[in-house]
Amino acid sequence: MSLLVPAAEHLPDALASESTLRRFLHGLPGVDQVGAEARAATLATRSIKRESKRWALDMAVRMTDLTTLEGADTPGKVRALSAKAVRPDPSDPTCPSVAAVCVYGDLAGEAAAVVAGSGVHVAAVATAFPSGRASLAVKLADTRDAVAAGADEIDMVIDRGAFLCGRYGEVLEEIVQVKQACGPAHLKVILETGELATLDNARRAAWLAMAGGADFVKTSTGKVTPAATLPVTLVLLEAVRDFAALTGRAVGVKAAGGIRSAKDAIRYLVMVNEVAGERWLTPEAFRFGASTLLNDLLLQRAKQRTGAYAGPDYFTID
Amino acid sequence: MPVFDYAPAPESRDIVALRPGYGLFVDGAFTEPADGGTFKTVNPATEEVLAEVAEAGPADVDRAVAAARRAFDGVWGRMRPAERAKYLFRIARVLQERAREFAVLESLDNGKPIRESRDVDVPLAAAHFFYYAGWADKLRWAGFGGDPRPLGVAGQVIPWNFPLLMAAWKLAPALAAGNTCVLKPAETTPLSALLLAEVLQQVDLPPGVVNIVTGAGGTGRALVAHGGLDKVAFTGSTEVGKQIQRTLAGTRTKLTLELGGKAANIVFDDAPLDQAVEGIVNGIFFNQGHVCCAGSRLLVQESVAEPLLERLKQRLATLRLGDPLDKNTDIGAVNSAAQLERITELAASGDAEGAVRWQPECPLPDRGWWFPPTLFTGVSQSHRIAREEIFGPVLSVLTFRTPDEAVVKANNTPYGLSAGVWSEKGSRILWTAQRLRAGVVWANTFNRFDPASPFGGYKESGFGREGGRHGLEAYLDA
Repeated sequence: MSLLVPAAEHLPDALASESTLRRFLHGLPGVDQVGAEARAATLATRSIKRESKRWALDMAVRMTDLTTLEGADTPGKVRALSAKAVRPDPSDPTCPSVAAVCVYGDLAGEAAAVVAGSGVHVAAVATAFPSGRASLAVKLADTRDAVAAGADEIDMVIDRGAFLCGRYGEVLEEIVQVKQACGPAHLKVILETGELATLDNARRAAWLAMAGGADFVKTSTGKVTPAATLPVTLVLLEAVRDFAALTGRAVGVKAAGGIRSAKDAIRYLVMVNEVAGERWLTPEAFRFGASTLLNDLLLQRAKQRTGAYAGPDYFTID
Repeated sequence: MPVFDYAPAPESRDIVALRPGYGLFVDGAFTEPADGGTFKTVNPATEEVLAEVAEAGPADVDRAVAAARRAFDGVWGRMRPAERAKYLFRIARVLQERAREFAVLESLDNGKPIRESRDVDVPLAAAHFFYYAGWADKLRWAGFGGDPRPLGVAGQVIPWNFPLLMAAWKLAPALAAGNTCVLKPAETTPLSALLLAEVLQQVDLPPGVVNIVTGAGGTGRALVAHGGLDKVAFTGSTEVGKQIQRTLAGTRTKLTLELGGKAANIVFDDAPLDQAVEGIVNGIFFNQGHVCCAGSRLLVQESVAEPLLERLKQRLATLRLGDPLDKNTDIGAVNSAAQLERITELAASGDAEGAVRWQPECPLPDRGWWFPPTLFTGVSQSHRIAREEIFGPVLSVLTFRTPDEAVVKANNTPYGLSAGVWSEKGSRILWTAQRLRAGVVWANTFNRFDPASPFGGYKESGFGREGGRHGLEAYLDA
């Protein structure tokens, strides 16, 4: 294996060959699932009130990748969602924009046209999302297409089939090549932890992605159950923390799928704060991949501001 | 200033209706002590006096034991077991219904964080009553003969670290087996036991079945030495346990003791490191380290000591010390000035004997009794902090090279209450657990309790088991 791997200078032994890579990944400290779940459950009992809640709600809005990934998506739907990404709450000028709009690659141009100049990023899923079952050539073409259409963030999926039968080098090579195809665009690597099944696998896949040059590791496509969970996000946060300690590079984490309430989002922020640390408490280092979450965040923001809950019809459905 | 600063989220104390004074709970009613003595119980987080509590003298203890004897002979010892079970189920249910009230009161009087009193102490106390309620009419199948009989009157002396939970550990099996009880809570934490007395009234437990005599060491001595008891159960220090054993030597009174500990938490190089860090934190900083089975000695394999300690220190820096009623507090107040003095003195001996102290940046409140989470590295087996029970948030870190050395060091203590083993390799866990002389061995976890699981010590950590089927033996003529 003679790849130009971005983390090669920090992990020279691990990346020397297929067998050293396997030894490295299997030599990472194990994850005790019961313990990880207990830690996540304890962190979820934190009680976030008043000014800290207001801060957290705003931060969660700023961290949201507002997402639509349906076969029925149309240019109109994507334009509407992009407008909402820029101005989530038209009744409140203090409401920040979200981090990005996340769409299929062929619609990236529609999104880019709407968000241009707003600071909102355009994220496109690529590499035969969500299954990843296509040839490398197709995946790379998919990636280049999306970047050419205006995406500045690419959400790729790893080849879970290759990962599960132990062909780690192949998974790594694909990530490295997609990263090159991204050019200046940021790369989020979707591990699809629901298909990897164990937390040990989630940790190994996160290290593979980081070694391959990922700017973010992302839990899920949202098309598989379970999607993001607190324990799996805990493991990814530990991985990025440890990788930063080794290399100095802070890789981000994106929790995607299944996060629907502001309360849940705040639990994730508490975990980011206490497991990875403050360095990850920015939209550059932590994201939520979600569609319905945003309206609950807006509802809770308005409640904090006015002291009363507004009905759901006061927030736009796009 | 932290980026994400958690605003105070205090649990309201209004749910607790504190009375200015509490009497002794004898024969189903709150009564004044014969000589009118009282003592104050204090909130250790603020030093504010919470209430005046009656101090029981020998005459009061005598009255309580007599009431328990009458209740045993007249009602409880002859009651159909299924009826006894109904009372215990009712106690358990009321504990659940009034859980918030108990949690707040426990945190006020003891200083422990509300997260622990709410999520551990009170639910486990209710679980113990539920569990033993189920045994009351099934004693024939407990493995102690076809017709096991209750002993009679039990005198029970409990400590201040888990006031309500220890009361539940003592009362539930005793009552299920058909005994009556005289319970003496610790003098710094009597209030939750007295609230439990109100619950016993609420469920119409017959008078005299449970009597609660409050007071300090003198009250405890009067109870233990009373002579009218069939059984004494004590949880507390090894020193007092030995005194009790001397007092009862040669008498017909049965005895079980649950005493101190200096548990080893053994981390092998193939351990799940992040979860081991959590287990270490939970092992020694749970309840400010006021835990007899606390994992106060960390034995870590040398090849993994450095990364483990680095992670551990990072983790300790995130612990939140402060107001016990704040739902985000991890470390509460030390229970008393005397205990704080003992912790401070032992920690100083660690410095003097050459161990290296490390504490995270951790501002302490101005009032109340506090000790920051502390770890000592470079500890050797001969240091006092490796041998004596500190009963505070102080962790001694030792290293080992081979599994044999780990076991030898872990067992090289006069105590033997609990131990922890961390490894991803099942065979190594079993090999180690078989060789550890400790009553409880946790694998890849620590400080996990369940009413179905027996708990108790080897060597100077005491004898007898509490919890599970085994816990019934101490209260039956088995």
